[in-house]
Amino acid sequence: MRATQTKPKVETTPTWRHHHILDLDDFTREEIELVFQTTRAMKEILSRPIKRVPTLRGKTIVTLFYEPSTRTRLSFELAAKYLSADVVNLNASVSSVAKGESLIDTLGTLQALGADIIVIRHPHSGAPYIAARHIEASIVNAGDGWHAHPTQALLDLYTLYEHKANLNGLKAVIIGDIMHSRVARSNIWGLTTMGIGVTLCCPPTLLPIGLGEEQLPPVKIEPNIELALDGADMVMTLRLQLERQKSGLLPSIREYINLYQLTEARLARAKPDALVFHPGPVNEGVEISPTVAHGPQSVIKEQVANGVAVRMALLYLLTGGHKQ
Amino acid sequence: MKPLLIQGGQIIDPSQGLDASGSLLISDGKISWLGKGEEAPPQSGYEILDAKGLVVCPGFIDLHCHLRQPGDEEKETIATGTRAAARGGFTTVCCMPNTSPPLDNQTAIEFIKSKAATEGTVRVLPIGCISKGRKGTELAEMGELASAGVIAFSDDGEPVPSSYLMRQALDYSRAFDLPVIDHCEDKALTEGGQMNEGVISTKLGLRGMPSAAEEIAIARDLALAELTGGRLHIAHVTSEGSVELIRRAKEKGINISTEVTPHHLTLTEERVLDYDTNAKVNPPLRTKRDIKALIQGLNDNTLDIIATDHAPHTEADKLCEFDLAPFGISGFETALGSLMSLVHSGKLELVTLITKLTHEPAKIIGNKYDKLGTLAIGTPADITIFDPNREWVVEPKDFASKGKNTPLAGERLKGRVMATIYGGNLVYKDSSIKVKEK
Repeated sequence: MRATQTKPKVETTPTWRHHHILDLDDFTREEIELVFQTTRAMKEILSRPIKRVPTLRGKTIVTLFYEPSTRTRLSFELAAKYLSADVVNLNASVSSVAKGESLIDTLGTLQALGADIIVIRHPHSGAPYIAARHIEASIVNAGDGWHAHPTQALLDLYTLYEHKANLNGLKAVIIGDIMHSRVARSNIWGLTTMGIGVTLCCPPTLLPIGLGEEQLPPVKIEPNIELALDGADMVMTLRLQLERQKSGLLPSIREYINLYQLTEARLARAKPDALVFHPGPVNEGVEISPTVAHGPQSVIKEQVANGVAVRMALLYLLTGGHKQ
Repeated sequence: MKPLLIQGGQIIDPSQGLDASGSLLISDGKISWLGKGEEAPPQSGYEILDAKGLVVCPGFIDLHCHLRQPGDEEKETIATGTRAAARGGFTTVCCMPNTSPPLDNQTAIEFIKSKAATEGTVRVLPIGCISKGRKGTELAEMGELASAGVIAFSDDGEPVPSSYLMRQALDYSRAFDLPVIDHCEDKALTEGGQMNEGVISTKLGLRGMPSAAEEIAIARDLALAELTGGRLHIAHVTSEGSVELIRRAKEKGINISTEVTPHHLTLTEERVLDYDTNAKVNPPLRTKRDIKALIQGLNDNTLDIIATDHAPHTEADKLCEFDLAPFGISGFETALGSLMSLVHSGKLELVTLITKLTHEPAKIIGNKYDKLGTLAIGTPADITIFDPNREWVVEPKDFASKGKNTPLAGERLKGRVMATIYGGNLVYKDSSIKVKEK
């Protein structure tokens, strides 16, 4: 044993402070970089012929989804399994609230059953925060209402980080239904924290109010897609919910396509090595043309693949792996 | 019952322009003598409540509260609600008719009056519906409601949706000289809304309710008040734009009165930042800028009165997702403490605060039943005694109200009700207050 040997006084990694992952508004640049480092290690595990390590053996992870989801739930489930945790998936329905089964009751039950981490997806903004106030288990927000989707934003950032040597000073453009997008909200926090300039591009009816005020990260707003894309390094398009037309926010989907679809011609305004992101599921031919979605600049499939590694990293960090 | 002398307090009664140290004698449920300075009453044989260092003023009047009975007795009853009112210094409370069934007929009003008479701690004056069943389509039988004793009409909780119905309500009610209280909200702009629309709603991803929704409805009602000459009372004004609209209408001489709540005067939308469902209220908490305009409105009489909009809910109602929680704050027991922060910070004179809680609401109610909101000799002895400087911590579990839903839990307030006298009876007193035999 050489425990007595003095270690050199170099701060190598920042401390991980988070018991829950609720949004990126309380993440520092160092913490996001720690997620990157950990994700890189997890990707190495995923490249092995047998993709399984015993790191989380004996830990119980519950995915509690009040909204349908394919990739996020699957991604968490695989991440937990690759780390040897026990995973239970629970598909709940908000309508059961009417039958007297409240969110708090459900969470209390899960905690009593021994859940260490509860991954929650919920149609109402803030539900994971209410959960975190009443529960000792770690809460991971897998998307709440319009509010936040921090693990998606981290996998987006990681995907960008894999391609770009230095994130600081890059230009990101987010195009589409910003108002109703939790992905956009979390990305705005994450991107700006990493020193990336963010431009939002959408019809003014789909832009949230109050942007540019102190409590929110600084962003640029450019409703003209050609101007918005000028010199961009990262282009993210968002899924357009077709009911936005019905609720009067858009005159027609046709006009939206004409004005805001990411096409090859428009993408040419961005830097030649710009990357194209989409959180999925994609409405091909609406917010993005098929040729761009499947084109050489698209990293949509990489996003999905990185999702598993990022979530492995987060589960590992939440269970105290970083301190060991 | 022996006469009671309230001795040596600072007596503030805006109805008589009175602000002086002195003593008050209560006999047979009425105020029978008022003496300045060290003066002693002309008679002997009374009990004494020592009010040294305390403010003695007319009992507070709340023109806007929800007692939840009949229908939602798990949230509040007339018994618990009026006990909470007494603890908050209110001796008269006017209950809104959004109960189930709603108070849109004489029988329902008689029920409230009889419950209040047998179980109430303070005076309850009911408000009747504007429309049958609060459905916003046909006028309720306002004449019958008036003869049953309502002091106003309102569909509160819901705005009067149609301009046509609002016109008829303002016009028809003129026959009874009673105000029509509107909850001003353009629902097309607030559908699904959870909080004030602005930077915080964007940050939290919650659907917002813009101030414009309130202002549009107020502008409509002001035009209809001018058209009909009816008595319009605008409930819970919250925005700078609303204050400006009302100020202009008053300058024109339109017959209106207005109210503002303690929470809209003291709390901003930032209270919602933790998804605190106890700060979820409709109309929503707004911004610092709005608060500034509301205080200015109180000071220049654009806003006539302060009313609590006491809206109790159970803990289970509020312990849920923000979107699913009901609107409302339990307000009786924190009203004075909250409002005194405006006095301590120099934004409001103490006498203005008391006027807005006593004399001004009494003017809106009128003298049909009793002369309220005054300490004049011969009037019912409704008296609030409070310590403007006493600090205390809000503990919802100690509330008399069933509604523990306050965003102020655990906060320190400065200013506390020490005793409440209703009709000559001491209906609430702090444990430190002693009544002794002369």
